[in-house]
Parts: sequence; C-alpha cells; structure tokens
Amino acid sequence: METNEHEHVIEVTDLRRVYGGGFEAVRGVSFSVGRGEIFALLGTNGAGKTSTVELLEGLAPPAGGRVRVLGHDPYAERAVVRPRTGVMLQEGGFPSDLTVGETARMWAGCTSGARPEAEALALVGLERRTGVRVKQLSGGERRRLDLALALLGNPEVLFLDEPTTGLDAEGRRDTWELVRELRAGGTTVLLTTHYLEEAEDLADRLAILHDGRIAAAGTPAEVTASQPSRISFELPNGYFVGDLPPLDSLGVSGYEEEGRVVRLRTHQLQRAATRLLVWAEGAGVELRGLDVRSASLEEAFLRIAREASAGVESVGSSAVAEERVA
Amino acid sequence: MSAVVGTGRTSTGGTTTPAGRMRALAQAEFTLFRRNKGMLVTALLVPLVLPFSVQSATKDMDLKEAGLSIGTVMLPASVGFSLLFAVYAGLVGVYTARREELVLKRLRTGELRDVEILTGAALPAATTGFVQSVLLAIGCAVMLDLDAPSAPQLAVIGLLLGLATCVALAALTAALSRTTESAQVTSLPLMLVSFLGSGITVPLEVLPDRVASFCELLPLTPAITLVRGAWTGDLSAYEVLGAVLTGLAWTVLSVFAVRRWFRWEPRH
Repeated sequence: METNEHEHVIEVTDLRRVYGGGFEAVRGVSFSVGRGEIFALLGTNGAGKTSTVELLEGLAPPAGGRVRVLGHDPYAERAVVRPRTGVMLQEGGFPSDLTVGETARMWAGCTSGARPEAEALALVGLERRTGVRVKQLSGGERRRLDLALALLGNPEVLFLDEPTTGLDAEGRRDTWELVRELRAGGTTVLLTTHYLEEAEDLADRLAILHDGRIAAAGTPAEVTASQPSRISFELPNGYFVGDLPPLDSLGVSGYEEEGRVVRLRTHQLQRAATRLLVWAEGAGVELRGLDVRSASLEEAFLRIAREASAGVESVGSSAVAEERVA
Repeated sequence: MSAVVGTGRTSTGGTTTPAGRMRALAQAEFTLFRRNKGMLVTALLVPLVLPFSVQSATKDMDLKEAGLSIGTVMLPASVGFSLLFAVYAGLVGVYTARREELVLKRLRTGELRDVEILTGAALPAATTGFVQSVLLAIGCAVMLDLDAPSAPQLAVIGLLLGLATCVALAALTAALSRTTESAQVTSLPLMLVSFLGSGITVPLEVLPDRVASFCELLPLTPAITLVRGAWTGDLSAYEVLGAVLTGLAWTVLSVFAVRRWFRWEPRH
C-alpha cells in the first residue's frame, strides 16, 4: 500500500454518488493523480465537480466505486488521511463573528503539524488583517483565508474547490503562483475551476466533467488537440459557401453559417487557411472579420458541453471523426 | 517563499489529540458566545429572572403538605431554567447557525471527529449552565434559608445528567430544524413540556399521582428530581436509580438519533 501511493496519490475508480432524492450526480468517474501533480476538474455548473471532490475529501461515502487518497479510504479511514490533506470548500464555512486571527488559531488547534498561524496568513497576504472579523472581509479575502487554513498543516494533498472564484485578476495570479510553488515542494493538488485559462495554465492534467461523467481527459494539450481549429470570416454579398473551393480540398471537417458569417472547423489549420486565402486573392474577395485560431481549451470545453447536451454519447477525438462535410 | 511552502517536514505543531481539538473549538465558541448579545441575554439573564415568577406561583400551592418549602421549589426551578435557556436553547441556536454558515461542514474536512465537533461546540454552553446552576443554587440557599443539602451527591449527579441530556437533545432538535429561525420554534415543545411537566414551575409532588408518574418520564424530570432530592433528602434508592436511568435513556436515545439523523450542511 505504501509503495503504491508514490505512483498514485489519488485513485478514483468508477465512482458514483446518489443524493437523497435519487439524483445521480456522479455516474462512474475514474481517474488518478500522481504525487506532485496538479489535476483540474472542469465542468459546467451541476456537472458533478463538487460532488466528486467531496467524496475525495471523505465528507461522504460513495454510492458505488472506490476512492483512495494516499492509499486509504478517505471516509472510512478518516483519522489516517485527514492529517495529511488540506481542504478548501467551494464556500467559506467560518463563523462571521470571529476575527481572521481567531479563526486561524482555532483551526491550528485542530490541525496536526500546524505551521504558525501568522506564517499561513502571510502566505496568502492576509497578515495585516488578523484583527478583522470574517464578516468584514471581502469575498476574495475570505477565499484567501480559506486557502491559508487549507495550507496550515503542510498537507501532502490539497483539495481546492474553485479556489479563485471571487478573486480579482491579481489575487488569482497570486493564488496560481502559490499553487505552483506548492507543487514544486511536492504537494499534490486537485482543484476544480470555472476558469478555463486557470486549468490551461496550472494543471498538469485535467478532466472535463459533464453530467456526472468524464467527457474528456488528458493534459491540456491533449484535450485541446482533439478539438478542431477554427477559421471564421464574413462572405461578401453575392458569395455563398458553395462558391468557396470544395471544403474537402481545404481540409475543412465541418462548418456553420450564421447570416453572412461562416465558421470553418479544421484539423489542418495551415493548409485550410492558406488555400482559403489563395482563393480569396484569386477571386478578388475581401474576407472581412477574418479570424484564424488554433483550438483552445475553451473551445474544447464549450464544444464538449454542447455535444454532450445534444446527446452525443462519446466526446473527444472520436466525435470529431464522425463529422463529415455537409 | 518556496522554503516556506515545502511539504510536511518543516511543520512546527505536534500531532493533535481529541482533547486539544475540542479545546480549540470550545475557545472559538466561547468567543462567539461573548459576542452574541441575544445569546448572552437568553443564557445569563433569563434564568435569573424567571425563578421569581415561580416564587409568586408558589403562594397558591400547599407546599407544607407536600413536604416542600419555597427554597426546595425555587432552587430546582432555577437549575431547570439554566439548563433550558443557557444550555438547551442556546445550543440549538449554535448548532443550527454553524450548520447554516457551513462551519460544521468545514470542520468535518479536518481532523475533528463528528462527536468532537458537537461536544467541543457544546462546552461553553455546558460550562455556563454548570457555573450558573451552582451560583443560583448557592444564591437560593442563602436567600431562602435552606440548610446544606442532606444528599449533595444527588445534586451533582442531577446537574451533570441534566447537562448531558440537554446537550444531546439540543443536537437532536438542531437536526430537526431547517434554519436558525425555525430552530426557535422547534425548541419550544421541549421547553414548554419541561416547564410544566418536569417539576420546574410546578413540583411533581403537588400534581395528581397519575399525572406525576407520567411526568417522571419526561427528559428533564430526572435532573430536577435529583436536585430537589438533594435538599429534601426524601428520595429512596429505588427512586434515585429510576431517575438516573430515565435521564440516561433520554441521553442515549438522543445520541443514537443524532448519529442517525444529524445534518452537517444546509438542505439543498
């Protein structure tokens, strides 16, 4: 068991979670996170991110499947796991009438191997706010207090549920910097986020959840690469999509039209863009609003959400292959 | 900075213990108690004032025939008010408010076990109730010319039993309360039943026998009976055992119900 944990600090197999009313929030999720890795769970609201993370944190037992954190069941073997994990919930959870300092002191008294409170607060830049009541903190300051407390015990594994929601751009960057430093120190981090650039920037690997299932997973580059690049432009009056060179010959795998705006999808961006521009030059046509962009995680994400809600079962590289030019 | 955020080995604090964790939580709860004016009034003032209403009611009772005095009515009544207001009502509010603020959920992500969270949060209220009861008892004894209790151990047992029952029932009541507002309603039944039926405003000795023997089974009656018995000295060993077992039964049943039904976060 001890040797195993060096490979996978978090192991999730066919995880299921069903709520009281019968709602199945997590429907067979599997993934693993290695030591010192940053793993991001992405998803729309209600995709099952928090429901999944709460099972990893050991707040509830799964309805099915298996969770192991540091080789142990985080729910049944709570006493073994908790001293080695740090948790930041999606929403605070601190008495509003305590000061920042009092909250940290209370939490330190409940945390094995706690670093000095002042040090933890300094990590997140709250050292000057120790005397302020929690209710007087801004939303961003509350998130940072939460992060400080999650870091109090120098955890080996850190669970961060939307750590930067409510932070301004600078606060978000500071948090990213801190998370990177933690990784450099060997901490394993599992985070959920709404912000795609956060996952793209920070995560070594990620999974996109939709409807309680993993719709796509891999490194940010892998997930992005499975998605097509995009060329969009406005066709001049009198021109139609049929006037373009055959889309097959451009390497275009699909397109959409919205008024005069045409969006082409392709896995061969350079070829498609070159041939399109050569055609435009030859035909003396100006493509207004021309926008050529590589696939981004954001597009991958939006597409997965769209396709999944349109009822397409398997998403990712296979879904793209299904698409043929109309 | 990187040195500061390194893993595990640079830690300074030791391994926590259940007692240490509960102490940390109790300290925070005590600070919150001091800052909550509503709770301070309910817990500290109400139990001082209400016994006077009992005093005026005793004028209509035939205490002598029941072997009682104003002192042996007022003193247990004071302890009863302290248990109900400082401990029971206060804790229902604390548990419900902490759940609403997601504090309970957050605490459960840490090393505290469930029982430690509920116990640690109860310590300030239970301590307040204990100290207040002792002071009220001394005050009653001095002002109403009571002799020293003939069976003081019964007063101690009764008070501790009452504290345990109130804490457990407060957690159970909080389990049945959706919000802090509704907690004020859900805590009323036990309070009213206890005022009337547990020998607080009306001693069981002046009630008809059949009613009295039913009232003996109510949750707080054992505590009041034992405290009164400490001064009257007229409880048989059988009666003491019956009271202790009744109080324990309520406490144990409540603990089981709490383990089964307590909610650690607001309903979605």
